[in-house]
Amino acid sequence: MIDFTEEQIQRYSRHILLQDVGVEGQEKIMNARVLVVGAGGLGAPVSLYLAAAGIGTIGIVDADVVDLSNLQRQVIHFTKDVGVQKVKSAEEKIKAINPDVKVETYYKFLDSSNALDIIKEYDFIVDGTDNFPVKFLINDACVMAGKPFSHGGILRFNGQTFTHLPGTACYRCMFKEPPPVGAVPTCSQAGVLGAIAGMLGTIQAAETLKYFTGIGELLTNRLLTFDAKTMLFRTVPVKHRDSCSICGSNPTINQLIDYEQAACDLKNH
Amino acid sequence: MAKIYVNGDVQEVNLPLNVSELIKQNDVQQPDMVSVQVNEEFAEREDWDGLQLKEGDKVDFLYFMGGGTL
Repeated sequence: MIDFTEEQIQRYSRHILLQDVGVEGQEKIMNARVLVVGAGGLGAPVSLYLAAAGIGTIGIVDADVVDLSNLQRQVIHFTKDVGVQKVKSAEEKIKAINPDVKVETYYKFLDSSNALDIIKEYDFIVDGTDNFPVKFLINDACVMAGKPFSHGGILRFNGQTFTHLPGTACYRCMFKEPPPVGAVPTCSQAGVLGAIAGMLGTIQAAETLKYFTGIGELLTNRLLTFDAKTMLFRTVPVKHRDSCSICGSNPTINQLIDYEQAACDLKNH
Repeated sequence: MAKIYVNGDVQEVNLPLNVSELIKQNDVQQPDMVSVQVNEEFAEREDWDGLQLKEGDKVDFLYFMGGGTL
């Protein structure tokens, strides 16, 4: 049992007041280790809210530096941070919000050589990446390691997210393999309304906090999609697929794959 | 006319109608990229031509969505 300081009781009072959270729930949050992959549009709101909530350790993976075109939606980075490593910029803001949070930074791309080693250190993983090769990598690594994760994607005015726990539907249950290079545009190619990143990212942060506190029902076996043009939200029931190539009963994928990435996705805008 | 539900919205369609034809009728962009569920069961791409829809069926098109970091 953590002995809360006066300051912590004050800081987390609005959580502690919630019957579903209380001191016990807040303690679970403070013992939690969360990995956020991508300190961009989704990783920014996720990291800010998890830091404010008092998550014990936040790991951040990102190989980019802050670009001026990021600032329209990546609210953890400020104008003064242009040119700075995103992981360093994010770490600075997290510490400023909540000095109690321990931050571990990985200034690198997540790939098949490091994914399992990094992921195994964490209790929950948040996918805030922009590209399909890494989305599939995170899915496969989490399934192999038996780790829960939150998937998130945004494009133009739309967002989609689901939460995976071992045994529930995974990304490959819904989408068997990544689209061919260049077939589906990313935000850097097609654009995105900045606030959409906040809408989707805060859903991912809420799912993370629900996971650790055991509150309510997670977005498992459901894909939440929304269209901000109409503000219609929908959850599509999705099932764990027994023929899934990674989480099915006879998986054909037994090692991580580095899929080819569109060259334009690797650029910094 | 039969009623089916496409992404939660009711549509009046003429039967017989298979999944491939429904995709065409709905102007699904990049049909190669869409994932299809019929009555909450994943429909394999190679089965779309032979999968006949019936009154009350629920069809969901799931699309790839990237986004986040860059």
